[in-house]
Amino acid sequence: MAETGFIQKEKLNDFIKELSKDAVVYAPCLEGDTVLFKAFDADKTVCLDRPANNPPKLAIFPQSETLFNFTYIKDTEDPKKMSVEIKANTEFPKAVIFGSRPCDANGFLIYDRVYIDTNTPDPYYMGRREKTTIVTLCCNAPSPGCFCVAVGGGPANNEGSDVLITELEKGYFVEAVTEKGKAVLNAPQVESGASYADEAHKKQLESEKLVKNPFGKDCQPEISMSLFDSDEFWEKYLSKCLSCGACTYLCPTCYCFNITDEQMLNNGERIRSWDGCMFPHFTLEGSGHNPRPTKFKRFRNRVGHKFVYYPEKYNGVIACCGCGRCIRYCPVSVDISEVVSYLRGSQPDVSSGTKENAVTDTVKQEQK
Amino acid sequence: MISQKLQDAIAGVSDKVDVVIAYQQGFDKLHATPCFMTTPEEIKNVIWNPLCVHNLTSYLPSLKKKKVAVLAKGCDSRTILQFIQEGLINRENVTIIGIPCSGVISVNKILQAINHEPVEDVSFDEKGNITVKTSKGEKTFSLQDVCPDKCKTCRFPTPIVYDVLVGDPIESNKTYDDAYADIKEFENKPIEERLKYWEGEFDRCIRCYACRNACPMCVCQDSCIAETRDPHWISQRATLSEKFMFHMIHALHLAGRCVECGECERVCPMNIPVNKLKRKINLDMKELYNYEPGVTPEDKPPMYTFNVDEVTIKEHKI
Repeated sequence: MAETGFIQKEKLNDFIKELSKDAVVYAPCLEGDTVLFKAFDADKTVCLDRPANNPPKLAIFPQSETLFNFTYIKDTEDPKKMSVEIKANTEFPKAVIFGSRPCDANGFLIYDRVYIDTNTPDPYYMGRREKTTIVTLCCNAPSPGCFCVAVGGGPANNEGSDVLITELEKGYFVEAVTEKGKAVLNAPQVESGASYADEAHKKQLESEKLVKNPFGKDCQPEISMSLFDSDEFWEKYLSKCLSCGACTYLCPTCYCFNITDEQMLNNGERIRSWDGCMFPHFTLEGSGHNPRPTKFKRFRNRVGHKFVYYPEKYNGVIACCGCGRCIRYCPVSVDISEVVSYLRGSQPDVSSGTKENAVTDTVKQEQK
Repeated sequence: MISQKLQDAIAGVSDKVDVVIAYQQGFDKLHATPCFMTTPEEIKNVIWNPLCVHNLTSYLPSLKKKKVAVLAKGCDSRTILQFIQEGLINRENVTIIGIPCSGVISVNKILQAINHEPVEDVSFDEKGNITVKTSKGEKTFSLQDVCPDKCKTCRFPTPIVYDVLVGDPIESNKTYDDAYADIKEFENKPIEERLKYWEGEFDRCIRCYACRNACPMCVCQDSCIAETRDPHWISQRATLSEKFMFHMIHALHLAGRCVECGECERVCPMNIPVNKLKRKINLDMKELYNYEPGVTPEDKPPMYTFNVDEVTIKEHKI
């Protein structure tokens, strides 16, 4: 089977239609001026001009899903007795994520360590993951706020993808990254791509240089634990945070969920739905106690999970893929890369306007 | 320069308060961000230009016990009046630095106009034009073409309430009817069309509750029916009916309270025009109770009072 290929621009839509013949294709579709990952059908317009507003995580980790249905059955002989019948569905259709970006694909690797590479793999996540082929489009320009190169990724990084696509002048250069990806290259719209390889790889290298790196050269931001543990630090930088869930719900690496039973009479469903650590209910305990009662404590957890706890547990891997969505779509422009830069006790290493460094010094002084 | 005047005004009040809330440059040239200042050294970071879109007064109820100075545009000042009517802030703890405003930008409208190219630079001129530079070149827009819809029909460019006013007052020739012309037009569409429209819009909702958390008048905080488990009013399913339900409840809880700052709509990462619903209900509240939120300090919100006979409701007399 071919390892590379080429798709002419005018054949791209047919290519996506071909993929959707035997799989659900999740593609970035245009709705008004919003680009959204959705199950593709012929009525939708695919938009590859910019990353989608939402990441493709919903394809493998849906916003809500039924874990199982349950029915209470009364014993007719002994009305005090009740049995429960449970039906779970862990069979999932074949799926393709088309047009994810390298950061989006990287996000799934962060999920895999938690949901698959453990003693108790998650059958729902694993079921969908195994059935899904990820076809990623390289970025040729950075988007506002994105910083993938600072967290181990890159605009042409192929980790987590099955196929990597590079946009060229006349079409798309296609590279299979995994065995699963090679099957995609069998589509009739894919022609021989060998002659485009040099042009594509040159373009990939060029785009790498355009992405900002707020953490400087070393990709492992060393976080100052004394700042991290200081309430003053968080109160200084996060006073503006509204504590909504836009950052977590748009994050390709946020994987926390909530479980609720939805019951009507004797029938019900156990539902798993996204949850976010920015919501006060997230850590509300049965006793009424909440260990993270303020937005400052909650934001500290969000940064901690991505840049401290996850790396501690998984060999230094940062649980942030640098897609920049939490920055772009934050109602008040909270910039996690800036917060992490300050946590390192340094200034963000970017030409990001007129920011002055008085603020870090102020916090340090206040601590003293 | 108005920025300099503003910095001077802030410096003038800063020693009387615990914190000053103003704007500074955000993560890129197209975004400002709220800043909370506690030391005089930070005042030099303050900016004032059409990027300053946020309603900073939204933070006031959560800082009720502190002495706060806050920057307020004309539209934002309505929020403060509504807070006063509803007893949500201590007026004596708040220093309002009013700033007459001839309109702000809609980040979304600019991004759409420049085809979402990464922004390299943004500049403003005296005539109210905004020039945006991208790798594809420069484009200049009239603020009228890239402002949020609320600015086009703004009746309150100068704050209604303030302690210090920075800049000269600006007059508006817009009327109440101008402000609601779009709602009246939408209302005249067949119900099927309106339902289809809202189903299409709410389908995108991801229930991140940015609209709720950005809303200055949303006061339920941790007890919002969207999340409470006991009672469990709204299912956690990500279905259209649940999303629809949440937005309807959000809108109805703001009946006669929404000051139309438009934050709910501005912050939506899915670009859902949620303020439209609230403005429709405000139109009804005006008709039913002759009441408009956040305009007169002495007013009582109709849902905070009970009259056996409402002056404007005739049905009891039949």
